[in-house]
Amino acid sequence: MTLLADLSTPIVMGILLGGLYALIALGLSLVFGVVKEINVAHGDLVILGSYFGYVAMTIIGIDPILSLIIGMPLLFGLGFAIQKYILNRAFRISMDATLIICFGISIILQNTYQLIWTPFPQGLTTPYALESFSAGPVRFPLTYLLNFIAALVVMLFLREFLRRTYLGRAIRAAAQDRKAAHLMGINTDQVYAFTFAIAMACAAIAGVFLGLTFPFTPTSGMPFLIIALGVVVLGGLGSIVGTFVGGIAFGLAQTLGGHFFGVAAQMLIAYTMVLVVLAVIPRGIFGR
Amino acid sequence: MTQETLLKVNTIDVFHGSFQALWDVSLSVKLGEIVAIIGANGSGKSTLLETISGLVHPAKGSIEFEGKNISALEPFQIVNLGISQVPEGRRIFPDLSVLDNLIIGSYNRKARSERAQNLQRVYQLSPVLEERKNQLAKTLSGGEQQMLAIGRGLMSNPKLMLLDEMSLGLAPILVNELYRVLREIRERGITILFVEQNVRRSLTEADRAYIMEAGRVVLSGSAAELREEEKVKKAYFGA
Repeated sequence: MTLLADLSTPIVMGILLGGLYALIALGLSLVFGVVKEINVAHGDLVILGSYFGYVAMTIIGIDPILSLIIGMPLLFGLGFAIQKYILNRAFRISMDATLIICFGISIILQNTYQLIWTPFPQGLTTPYALESFSAGPVRFPLTYLLNFIAALVVMLFLREFLRRTYLGRAIRAAAQDRKAAHLMGINTDQVYAFTFAIAMACAAIAGVFLGLTFPFTPTSGMPFLIIALGVVVLGGLGSIVGTFVGGIAFGLAQTLGGHFFGVAAQMLIAYTMVLVVLAVIPRGIFGR
Repeated sequence: MTQETLLKVNTIDVFHGSFQALWDVSLSVKLGEIVAIIGANGSGKSTLLETISGLVHPAKGSIEFEGKNISALEPFQIVNLGISQVPEGRRIFPDLSVLDNLIIGSYNRKARSERAQNLQRVYQLSPVLEERKNQLAKTLSGGEQQMLAIGRGLMSNPKLMLLDEMSLGLAPILVNELYRVLREIRERGITILFVEQNVRRSLTEADRAYIMEAGRVVLSGSAAELREEEKVKKAYFGA
C-alpha cells in the first residue's frame, strides 16, 4: 500500500509532464510524418512561442495563453513562409539540404533570442503559474494540468482536422504517396506549406505552456527537440495519437526513473526506454 | 460526324535525367474515342502518360488539350482541366478508407461541388466499393483496389481518362470486368487513352492504337488495321 502511495506522485506527475512533451512533439510529428523533414529547428520555434508569450505578458500586458490568439496566426504565417519559400525549394535538391537549412534556422533563431532577450532565463510567471492542486495524496502544479489539457485538445483537434477536411485528407494522402497525390490534383507544395504552418501554430501553443511551466533561455529549444524526437519515434511515425501516447510514456519513464534511480538518472532511464521499445517494435507504439 | 481533337501530342522528346525516354513522339485522341498505347516494358508508354499528366515536362514539342498548350502546367492544374490518370500499380492511398480515397479524387474545386453525384455514379459502376467504403483501402483485394483506383480517377469529373496497365497481375475474369467498366465509362462520354502490354486484348477493345518501341511510336492506325498488319502479327501474335 505504501509503495502504491509512493508511486502515485511520480505516476501522476509523469502523465501530466508527458502532456507537455506531447504538446511540443505534435508539430514535429506532423512535419516528420507528412513532409518527411526532420525539422531540427522545431525546438527553437517552440521557444519563439515562449518569447512571444513573454513579450505579450511583459510589454503589452496580456495573459500569455490569451496572447495565442495573435501568436498562433503569426507562427502559422511564419511556418507557411519557411516551407513555401525555403524548404520546398531545398528538397528539390535533396532531403539533406532541408536538414542543413533547418540547422541554419535553429542557429539564427538562438542567436537572435540572445541579442534581444539576453542569455538569462526568462519565465511566464503569471499568478496561476504558481498555484498547485491536490488530488488525494498527490500534489501537483496547476500548469502541469493545463499542459495536459492543452495537449489533449490539440491532439484531438489535429486528428479530427486530418480526418474530416479536404486539406486534412490531402495531407494524409501526400504523406502516403506523393506522386499519386499529384495525380489527384493536389498541389503538394501548398499542402506541405500548410502542414508546416499548422505545426508552427502548435509550436506557438507548446511554447506558451512550456514557458508557464519551466524557465527558458535562448538555447532551451535543443533539449526539448531531443525529447520531442524521442517522443515521435516512440509513438510511431505519422501517428498523432501515437505522439500523444509517446509523450506520456516518455514522461512516465522520466518520473518513475527519477523515483527509483534518482533524479540524475531520470533522462538516462527515459532514453533507454525509447531504445528498448524501438528494439522490440521498431515502428513505434502506433507505427504503421 | 466530325470529331474534334481532344488531346494532341506534338513531336515530344522527354528525358529522365540524361536518359532520353521519348523520341519525337506524336499522338492524338479525338473526343469520345478509346485509344490504346501498346508496347513492351521500357518502351516509354508510362513516360508518355506521365508527360501528359505533367509529372515530367517535354524538352521539345508540345501537348495540347482542347486546343490549349498544357506542356508547362503542373499536375494539379492538368487535373483541373479535366485529365485524370489511373497510375500503374494502382497507387491507392493504403491507410485511407475507401471513401476517403474517393473523396481525395474530387479534390479539385470544380469536382467538389459534384462530389455526391459522382460518388453515386462510382458506386453504380462498382457496388463493392460502397459495401466497403469504411474499410482501409489496403484491405481490398487486387481487383477491388484497381476498381477503387478507377473510381478515384472518375471522381475528378474528367473529360479524358488515362489508364496505365490496369490489368497487370489480375486474373482474366477480373480483367474482363475492368474492360466492361471501361466501356461503360466511355458510354458516359469520357474519352479514354490506355496503356497495355496485352496486344490482342488492346486491339479488340480500342478504336485506334499506337505501338511503341524504345521510346518511339513505330506504328499507328485503327485497331482493325493493326490486327491485320504483318509486322504486328509477327512481333506480337507469333504468326
